[in-house]
Amino acid sequence: MGRIQLEQVTKSFGNTEVIHPLDLTIEDGEFAVFVGPSGCGKSTLLRLIAGLEDVSGGAIRIDGVDATELPPARRGLAMVFQSYALYPHMTVRKNIDFPMKMAGMDRAERKRRIENAASILNLTDYLDRRPGQLSGGQRQRVAIGRAIVREPAAFLFDEPLSNLDAALRVGMRIEISELHKRLATTMVYVTHDQVEAMTMADKIVVLNAGRIEQVGSPLDLYHAPRNTFVAGFIGSPRMNLITEDEAARHDAHTIGIRPEHIEVSDESGVWNGRVGVAEHLGSDSFFHVHETGLAETITVRASGEIGLKHGDRIFLSPRADVIHRFDAQGQRLP
Amino acid sequence: MATAHSRSAARLMMAPAVVLLLGWMLVPLAMTLWFSFRKYLPLRGGDLGFTGWENYSRFISSSSFWPSIQATLIIVGSVLAITVLLGLLLALLLDQPIWGQGIVRILVIAPFFVMPTVSALVWKNMFMDPVNGFFAHVWKAFGAEPVVWLSDFPLGSIIMIVSWQWLPFATLILLTAMQSLDREQLDAAEMDGASPLARFWYLVLPHLSRAISVVILIQTIFLLSIFAEIFVTTAGAFGTKTLTYLIYQRVLESQNVGLGSAGGVYAIILANIVALFLMRIVGKSLER
Repeated sequence: MGRIQLEQVTKSFGNTEVIHPLDLTIEDGEFAVFVGPSGCGKSTLLRLIAGLEDVSGGAIRIDGVDATELPPARRGLAMVFQSYALYPHMTVRKNIDFPMKMAGMDRAERKRRIENAASILNLTDYLDRRPGQLSGGQRQRVAIGRAIVREPAAFLFDEPLSNLDAALRVGMRIEISELHKRLATTMVYVTHDQVEAMTMADKIVVLNAGRIEQVGSPLDLYHAPRNTFVAGFIGSPRMNLITEDEAARHDAHTIGIRPEHIEVSDESGVWNGRVGVAEHLGSDSFFHVHETGLAETITVRASGEIGLKHGDRIFLSPRADVIHRFDAQGQRLP
Repeated sequence: MATAHSRSAARLMMAPAVVLLLGWMLVPLAMTLWFSFRKYLPLRGGDLGFTGWENYSRFISSSSFWPSIQATLIIVGSVLAITVLLGLLLALLLDQPIWGQGIVRILVIAPFFVMPTVSALVWKNMFMDPVNGFFAHVWKAFGAEPVVWLSDFPLGSIIMIVSWQWLPFATLILLTAMQSLDREQLDAAEMDGASPLARFWYLVLPHLSRAISVVILIQTIFLLSIFAEIFVTTAGAFGTKTLTYLIYQRVLESQNVGLGSAGGVYAIILANIVALFLMRIVGKSLER
C-alpha cells in the first residue's frame, strides 16, 4: 500500500516561499511524475515527501496516517538519488544490505532479499564489487536494489537518469517502467525531461515556480493543456504559441498549435513562409519557418522525408480541430 | 611536449634543483655517519681519531637511552590519540551551521600560528606556574592545593602543550575532509534508517580514514623531533628526555659530537621504522 496525500503543504527557506500551498493525492500503485523546469520546486517537494526536509505548513499523509512529523526512515519510503548516493567503501552486497542491517532484520532474511533483488536487477555477478568498479547503469541498479529490499510503501526517484548517457537512459527508463509493472508499488519520479514524464507516468504533475500547473495523464496534458505553460512544456518539439492578429481571428489572446498538427506543402496552404533551419531525422523532418506574416517563428513536423531545404518557400495549413485557445492570463478557453 | 629533445632539456633544467636537494640531504647524513665513528670532543682535545663502534655501544648502553625512547613514544602516541580524537569532535562541531562560523574557525586554527617556544613559555609561566599560573588560581578558587604541573605531571604537561599546538592542524584537515562528503550519501543513510551515530560510524569515519592517516603521518614526522617544548619547560628533567633531547645533551652539554652523532643515526633508524609502519597504513587506505 502506498497512498500519498499532500494537504496544503508549503515550504519556505527563510522568507522565500518555494512551495506555495499545494494539494495532491498520489494513489496506491500509481507512477506519478513531477516535471518542470529547474528551480520549480519538484525536488524540494520530493524531499518533503521523503522527510529529508520539514514542511513549513500543511500535512503529509501516507496510507491515511499523518506522517508530517515522522523521521524519514519511519515513513516506509525508499529513495533513489540523482548521484545514486552509494556508499563508496562498501561492496554492492553491503550497500544493498545496509537499510536492512539498520532495521535489525534477521540475517537469513537479509541474504534472501539481497539475492532476490540482485536477480531482478541482474547484479548477481557484481555483488562483491565496490561502486567505483561499476558503470553508471550498474550503479543505478544498485541504488534501486537498495530501495527494493526495504519493500517500501512507495519509491521516490530524484532525477535518477540525468547522469546517464542518452542510450543508457532509454534502456533504464524501460527497466524502471517494467519494475513498476512487476512490483505494482507507488512510484514518485522527479525529472525535468518531459519525454521521461510522457513515457513513464500514469499521472504527470507539472510544476512551475512552486505551484502545480496541471495534474493529469500524459495524454490529458497533451490534448488539453490547462494553460500556456503546460502547453509549451509538454510535447516535443514545443507547441507553437501564436499571438496578435492570428490569435484574434480565433477570439483568443494566444492560440497554440502543435508542430505535428500543421500540414506541410510546397504548393498551397493557409500560411506561407520560408524555411530557416531544416532538421531531417529520417522518420520525421522538422522545419523552422520564418516570414509567415505571424509574429512568431513556426515549427512544423512532416512525416518521412520531404525535399525542402533552407531558403525554400513552404506552405502551412493548421488543422482547425486541434487548435488550443488561451486567454490573456494564459488560461485555456473552452 | 614529450619529444626526446624536450625531455633532455627538462632534465637539464631540473638538474640544479635535484643536485641541491640531494646535497642538502646527503652532506649532513654523511657527516653524521662520519662523526659517529670518531672520538670527537671539541673542548677536550678535539678530533681524536676513529673509535669503531664504541659510540654506538656507549649511546645504547647509557641508562638514559631506553627511557628516552619510551618518553618519545609516549609523547608521540598520546599527542596523536588526543589530536585525532578531539580533532574529529571539533571538526564535527565546526561542520554544523552555526552563527559566526568563519570567526570560530579562525579562532580554532589560531594556536597553530604560535611558535612552539612561545606557546611552551606561555603555558609554563601563565597557565602551569604553581604560584601565579591560571590553573593555580582556579585550584585555589576551589580551595584546592595548586598542582605543580611540570614536576608532578611532567610528561602529561608536555603532552598537553604539544596537543594544544597540533589540535588545529588535525581539526583543519579533518574538517575539510568532512566537508567533501557527499550530502546525498548522508540523506540516503537517513532514509535507510541509520541513526546519527550509525551514520558517523558507517559513512563519515570510512570517508575520513584517508585524512586521518595523513594527519597521523605528518604529525608523527614532526612530533618525533619536538624539542623547544621540552627545552623551555623541563629541560629534559623528570623523565621528559626524548631521543632528540638526549642527542642534544650528548652533543652540546657533554660536548661529545661522536656520541651524539651515533644517537642521530639511531634516531634515523627509529624514524624509518615508524615511517614504514605508517606508510603501510596510509597505503592501505589510499588503495580503496
